[in-house]
Amino acid sequence: MNTFAALLIRDMQLTIRAGGGALMGALFFLIVITMIPFAVGPDLALLRRIGPAILWLGALLASLLALDRLFATDHEDGSLDLLMMGGMPLELAVATKAIAHWITTGLPLVVIAPLLGLMLNVELHATGWLALTLAAGTPALTFIGLVGAALSVALRRGGLLLAVLVLPLTVPVLIFGIAAANAAIVGPTPFGPPFTILCALSLVGLVLGPIAAAAALRHGLE
Amino acid sequence: MQLKASGLTCNRGGREVFRGLSFGLATGEAMVVTGRNGVGKSSLLRVIAGLVRIAAGRLILEGGEPDVPIGEQAHYLGHQDAMKPSLTVGENLQFWSRFLGDGRAVKPALEAVDLAELADLPAAYLSAGQRRRLSIARLLAVPRPIWLLDEPTSSLDAPSQKRLAELMRDHLVDGGMIIAAAHGMIGLERACELKLDRA
Repeated sequence: MNTFAALLIRDMQLTIRAGGGALMGALFFLIVITMIPFAVGPDLALLRRIGPAILWLGALLASLLALDRLFATDHEDGSLDLLMMGGMPLELAVATKAIAHWITTGLPLVVIAPLLGLMLNVELHATGWLALTLAAGTPALTFIGLVGAALSVALRRGGLLLAVLVLPLTVPVLIFGIAAANAAIVGPTPFGPPFTILCALSLVGLVLGPIAAAAALRHGLE
Repeated sequence: MQLKASGLTCNRGGREVFRGLSFGLATGEAMVVTGRNGVGKSSLLRVIAGLVRIAAGRLILEGGEPDVPIGEQAHYLGHQDAMKPSLTVGENLQFWSRFLGDGRAVKPALEAVDLAELADLPAAYLSAGQRRRLSIARLLAVPRPIWLLDEPTSSLDAPSQKRLAELMRDHLVDGGMIIAAAHGMIGLERACELKLDRA
């Protein structure tokens, strides 16, 4: 528990401090959502209809933005070697890093999503539901991205490869996330089934993502 | 406690780095691995640390904790210092001390390498030699029997090299083992030498 807390706090400190890029995802999210009304035009009905999908897509891209540095910095400065030599299983260490990453980059997206929803003419009570789907679904994005980050750790410019590897795998999260959001906002389909599948995707990610990422790291670092 | 290697073979990137390496090292003994560049000194240390898979042969630590991998009973001081520039000197060491051990003995470790006054300075402002000393402090903050040192004296000035030699001697007296990759004896006068040659 002590090692878990130590790693969690260190990783959160690193992203919050200068050059860590904790707010980069949230800023990117803000910019993308702000541009949409200019691109689509002042058709309020249309904005409201596509609002949930745009918010989800923005959150998806924003949550992948800082992911390529998740292991790359630790690899470059030798920390990854020492993380492997601690008493903590690598799978657990990797999961801890992912949780820290989600708290510093995923959670801010969930928090600002209701505000950004207003720009897309999504009503306030509806954006609450939308934020709930984001809170349930963004951990899955982080855990899927984790595997991509581990695979591309030794590559200098792994960012693009990461996006190409990871984005197709996030399609189910996107589909069920938007389905749940639409069900809550416009109906008439029930909210429960897509939302529970979304939660399940995050839980499966929590279990399988770190195992796959740890295997990729072990293999890649030899 | 005794570290025994027999027939150790290492492959990296599809190339055989060394083959059939055997040595034994007991408590209180040090071994300096020498040889030309690229002969596999660093690879040997990484193999012992468990960071590179053993292609063939055996490596056992007799008298150590049987269920714990050798890598978790060893410290690895590599070329990179594993310190984050945005954290302070104290925070960096505190983290590794908590992650690798119990999180105590941070202050005495910093004092031992003469960095106690810089504890609140972000590690980004340290010189190369100071960063090296900070990594050495990690070995002191968490007690582990085996020290794997990859050219530990690089970028250290003469007084620091002397200090490192003292620390290594203390570690050996306390029943530790040291395996160092270096080009000289780095202050370990009584150490045995393992000379690697190209296979």
